[in-house]
Amino acid sequence: MTQVGSMETGAKAPAEVAKPVMSSQSKTYLASLALLVLVLLAWQFLPPALGVPKFIIPTVTDCLIEMKRMLLQEGLVGHTLSTALYTVLGFAIGSLLGAVIGYLLGMSEFWEKVLSPYILALQIAPKVAFAPLFIMWFGYNAMPKLLVTVLIVFFPVLVNVLQAMRTVDRDLVNLARAYNLSRWGIFMKVEMPSTLPNLMAGLRIASTLAVIGVTVGELVGGNTGLGFLISYGGGQANAAMVFNAIVLLTVIGFLLYTVLVRIEERVLHYLPKAQH
Amino acid sequence: MALEFRSVTKEFTTGAGQNLVAVNDIGFRVNEGEFVSVVGPSGCGKSTILSMTAGLYQPTRGEVLVSDEPVSGPNAHVGFMLQKDLLLPWRDIVSNVEFGLEARGVARSERRDRAMAELKRCHLAGFENHFPYQLSGGMRQRAALARTLAIKPEIVLLDEPFSALDAQTKLLLQNSFARTISETGKTTLLITHDLAEAVLMSDRILVLSERPGTVVAEIKVDLPHRDEPLQRRVMPEVSDYAAQIFKHLKLEEKAI
Ligand SMILES: Nc1ncnc2c1ncn2[C@@H]1O[C@H](COP(=O)(O)OP(=O)(O)O)[C@@H](O)[C@H]1O
Ligand SMILES: [Mg+2]
Repeated sequence: MTQVGSMETGAKAPAEVAKPVMSSQSKTYLASLALLVLVLLAWQFLPPALGVPKFIIPTVTDCLIEMKRMLLQEGLVGHTLSTALYTVLGFAIGSLLGAVIGYLLGMSEFWEKVLSPYILALQIAPKVAFAPLFIMWFGYNAMPKLLVTVLIVFFPVLVNVLQAMRTVDRDLVNLARAYNLSRWGIFMKVEMPSTLPNLMAGLRIASTLAVIGVTVGELVGGNTGLGFLISYGGGQANAAMVFNAIVLLTVIGFLLYTVLVRIEERVLHYLPKAQH
Repeated sequence: MALEFRSVTKEFTTGAGQNLVAVNDIGFRVNEGEFVSVVGPSGCGKSTILSMTAGLYQPTRGEVLVSDEPVSGPNAHVGFMLQKDLLLPWRDIVSNVEFGLEARGVARSERRDRAMAELKRCHLAGFENHFPYQLSGGMRQRAALARTLAIKPEIVLLDEPFSALDAQTKLLLQNSFARTISETGKTTLLITHDLAEAVLMSDRILVLSERPGTVVAEIKVDLPHRDEPLQRRVMPEVSDYAAQIFKHLKLEEKAI
């Protein structure tokens, strides 16, 4: 009965501290917002005041005007959607491959040991540097940027899954063995769920890298996407265009990241919430 | 069902390639319905005994017999429980209790019924939809016992199940485990380093030596109320038994 008692006090405690947490949260929220306004104001008024020309640092309003022009004349919507599509596609394929191979290697100690030096080497190699090669091999189409993205997304997912598979609680696996679970059953009911927190962390890192992969792919070749607009704008000394493309790329990455965090909250609901 | 070890030796190969003898020539028998405790210094091979009984690995020499049949692998006759509750954090309590039944061809609805019955027996009715993190350590161990009993094992192995609990919770849980086990009439092997716990809960106590572990003494606990450790606790004989075990462990010789 004492346990029940202690449980109840345990449940009460968070409710009591809930209020100050809420107010401190809205405080940080407000501070972040104020900082943004400050930066935007500085961006708007500081460069002209210091005599920096527009083609070096365009002001906020310059960027907005350019944004409207890009929408009307440069097919901005199409470029943005294309980049978003390949980001998501590359992310999905890359993380799927990373997870599958991570789990396969995680189940075979032999192959993991055999492949680990090469995995490490490939992990260190700058993946974006492969982009020109891919263009040589596949030409100026969507394939190179997709491949760069897949490659760059692949490793953090693979490494996180592998790491998690290595650290699955042996006693839990033994318990499952004692309960007559098959190898597949142990994987599905113990190992896979145990590794979910790491997998989700890997996916989060991968989502931010996916945008980099697509951007680099578009920068070095092709004539679509925000990465292309960056090199195009750069070539014309149109800094506002470059700024706008960067902002939109950030938005795409941010959206992907946010979706993943939401999914993670759903999937990992059983973890006690960390008190920040 | 009875459990018997016949001159069992277990050697491990360590990372350095050397042989490490965990237990050496162990022999004992636990009769049907009996509650036997194994005490011994840490690292003497107590958990190894449990793993061999559960069929997780085989002895290097000798035989482990359950109902006079050699144990050749994991089997449905033996259920075990450790100091860690080993509850799956992503499952609610009732699904955790069902875990052991899932690979045994028990129909879904029967699984649920059996799990609910075990939860009730272990005083966890009403907590079936909680997740492990929402329960106290004592309650989680009760849930682990419910999961262990749900597969209806004939032999229950307990590896220091109370050692991570605070003193009060420990006493209460020992009491409720003892009652549940005596009600179900399970043959039980309790591994512990708590001498008092061994005396309070068992019919018989095996004392192991330092590694390589071997049985150095066997003490029959001639006290009533095996199903009620809280009642045994106040008996004056308890400390005599504990002192007796203590002597066999030869701790004074090691004290400097
Ligand atoms: N799988 C294993 N591989 C190598 N050595 C092991 C293994 N399991 C246990 N041992 C060793 O065997 C000895 C006994 O371990 P254990 O049975 O866990 O002891 P206890 O439970 O009595 O503390 C220890 O020295 C431990 O390091
Ligand atoms: Mg142990």
